[in-house]
Amino acid sequence: MTATLTPEVKEEHRPEEPPSSRVRLRRLWDRLTPYGFLSPTLVLLIILMVTPIVMVIGYSLMDRVITAPESNFVGFENYMQVLTDPAFANAVGNTIYFAGISVVAHFVLGIAFALMLNSPILGHKTKAIFRTVYILPWLFTIAIVAVLWRMLLSPNGIVNYLVETLGFSAGSVEWLSDPSLALPAVTFINIWSGYPFFMVSLLAGLQGISRDLYEAATIDRAGPIKQFLHVTIPQLKPIIISMALLDFIWTTQQFALIWMTTGGGPIDRTEMVSTYTYKLAFSTYDFSVASAAAVVVLVLSMVLAFFYVRHQKSRD
Amino acid sequence: MSNGARIRRKGLAATAGLAILGLTAACSSGDATSDSSADAGSGSGEDVVLEFAQWWEPELPDGMLRGLMDQFEEENPGITVELLSGPYASTKEQVVAGAASGTMSDVVGLDGAWVSDFVNQGAIADLSALMTDAGYDESQLAAQVQLNGATYEIPVVNFAYMLFTNDAILADAGVDVPSTRSEFVDAAEAVTTDDVSGWILPLSLEAPNGVQNDVMSWVWASGGSMLADGQPDLTNEAVTSATEYIKELNDAGVIAPGAATLKEQDKVEEFTNGRVAMMISSLAHINTIRESNADLEFTISAVPAEDGYSGERGTPYASWGIGVAENSEHKAEAWKLIDFLMSESANAELADAANAFPGNSTAVPEFVNNDEIFQEAFDVWQAGYPANEFVGLPVAEQLMREYGEQLQRVLAGEIEVSEALENAQAAWMDEF
Repeated sequence: MTATLTPEVKEEHRPEEPPSSRVRLRRLWDRLTPYGFLSPTLVLLIILMVTPIVMVIGYSLMDRVITAPESNFVGFENYMQVLTDPAFANAVGNTIYFAGISVVAHFVLGIAFALMLNSPILGHKTKAIFRTVYILPWLFTIAIVAVLWRMLLSPNGIVNYLVETLGFSAGSVEWLSDPSLALPAVTFINIWSGYPFFMVSLLAGLQGISRDLYEAATIDRAGPIKQFLHVTIPQLKPIIISMALLDFIWTTQQFALIWMTTGGGPIDRTEMVSTYTYKLAFSTYDFSVASAAAVVVLVLSMVLAFFYVRHQKSRD
Repeated sequence: MSNGARIRRKGLAATAGLAILGLTAACSSGDATSDSSADAGSGSGEDVVLEFAQWWEPELPDGMLRGLMDQFEEENPGITVELLSGPYASTKEQVVAGAASGTMSDVVGLDGAWVSDFVNQGAIADLSALMTDAGYDESQLAAQVQLNGATYEIPVVNFAYMLFTNDAILADAGVDVPSTRSEFVDAAEAVTTDDVSGWILPLSLEAPNGVQNDVMSWVWASGGSMLADGQPDLTNEAVTSATEYIKELNDAGVIAPGAATLKEQDKVEEFTNGRVAMMISSLAHINTIRESNADLEFTISAVPAEDGYSGERGTPYASWGIGVAENSEHKAEAWKLIDFLMSESANAELADAANAFPGNSTAVPEFVNNDEIFQEAFDVWQAGYPANEFVGLPVAEQLMREYGEQLQRVLAGEIEVSEALENAQAAWMDEF
């Protein structure tokens, strides 16, 4: 504060004189100080985010980038190729199915387990045991999850053993190899590995809801279901919307799980936008078209991110 | 001056200090790089450091490849070899990134499937020119991967793919090792039970090399080809016959379940555990099988051919190939390293350690004389010819994936063989 007051005092005494060079320097110094603090972050953002994004957008407008010594500007030709490719449309459809079902199931399982863990019926020790068990899938890296479920769902795996022993099927079921079962199977694996994130967040939200609201609802003769619908859900709504948007963005970008379990197959039944883009880049080395596909995904993600940010702002 | 202003000034000074420190460090490292480049220059009498990126070292006994490099360094004073080793997949990514950015290691381990793309990129050097400059005798090389008349890759060691049969399972079913397609389907039907499958076919689209090793091997074993004048020819009689044969095996229920997502390692595990009676696999897996199941007795033979075929059989193979980066400033020294690795003694030593067949036509690895199974395999290898038509093709992995996808449609009963092959042919033509 002293730094800004001092020149004003001088101006009062001698208003006709311009500020001295020392004062101007000090003002400049004060103005630049915040940018000095921001500069490490800005430099990192420019190097790690802005530059790659700008480069990929640039690549998407050129032909034969990276693989050829010279490439030419082709405008939106690569985008046309991607958007008119039936394989891309199939990948988008699969991605929407995969992400949509996953988010809904994550929410349903997350809220169910969170309510259970927040229930006064269970003792502290029981809750601690269930909390540990329920959070386990979240502790595994996606590579472990993929290997684990490949083994469990293998034709000779334990799931088929149970299915056959319990009489649900006469022979082994090819969960990941059957064209009609593969997409539901990988979606199930993703649901299993992702619900704890919802559960933990919703549990934190539940613990923050005032007991007074439930007491007031009880006085108004609201039963457990009405309390859930008219107290719990409205109180959790900001968390639910934020989580759902984030989960949808993350799930649409899921690559490792799909790649390590099915590789996008059988045929094209589990092909996602991420695997489609990867194959273009690292299998056909068509980095231009792959960049165009990546930019399309970026734009779609930014639309979702826009809603997320707007929701966050409205909360603030 | 207020405390706030003082703190701000100190903060800014600290930030500026860090920035200057960072810049100084960057400049210093830049200088260091320049110095190192200068030191490594191939000028008169100065030491040369060769980078050698490959996936071989992790797959060889500990210290084996380093030992060979030490021997090379002793024989070539002034040249030091720095090994950049990693698993196959990460080496591939590293080499692809190096090719794109012009920072490829001087000497690189190559898979034949990558060569065409790297040549188109101008990323790997013409070895024919290097051989001519060095006055090298090419006749000692068992094979060379050539494009447009120039050599770009030399297979250092070769891993042949042959038919592995479980002796006990075949004996229990009262069948002999099959040598023709009809014998094979009969044997597969005879051994298939609820717990055992006759054959295993890995068709994962993540690693689609099953198309090369387990599908096209049927074509090559009968002297067929999937190419005509270097162009795709998937609708020819040989490929059609092999594809229909695989469909016949599938319809007969002798193929292990889950083919569409099985990978090569799954194939070897299922055979090792005795759940599959027959597989087409690399000789590199012999030791893996023995380590995992020492009691398993198995036989190695040539991939069965069409009934009545009496010509020479193509034996599928995969190689540890080698090449030189176009961006290398030490091509002559890089060639010396290749020359050393392809020499009779070093090549035999490397082949021995890798349980592979040597790339030097005169080298004979010890394991061939010491191990009955390898002796059988070596005889089969010598009786036929090395066959792998994917070597040198553009985007070879994608070609395998495209054919594999169509084959999956056939096995799922969605389309007929003829339609699948027409689709694959069209997809391949697009890639070419």
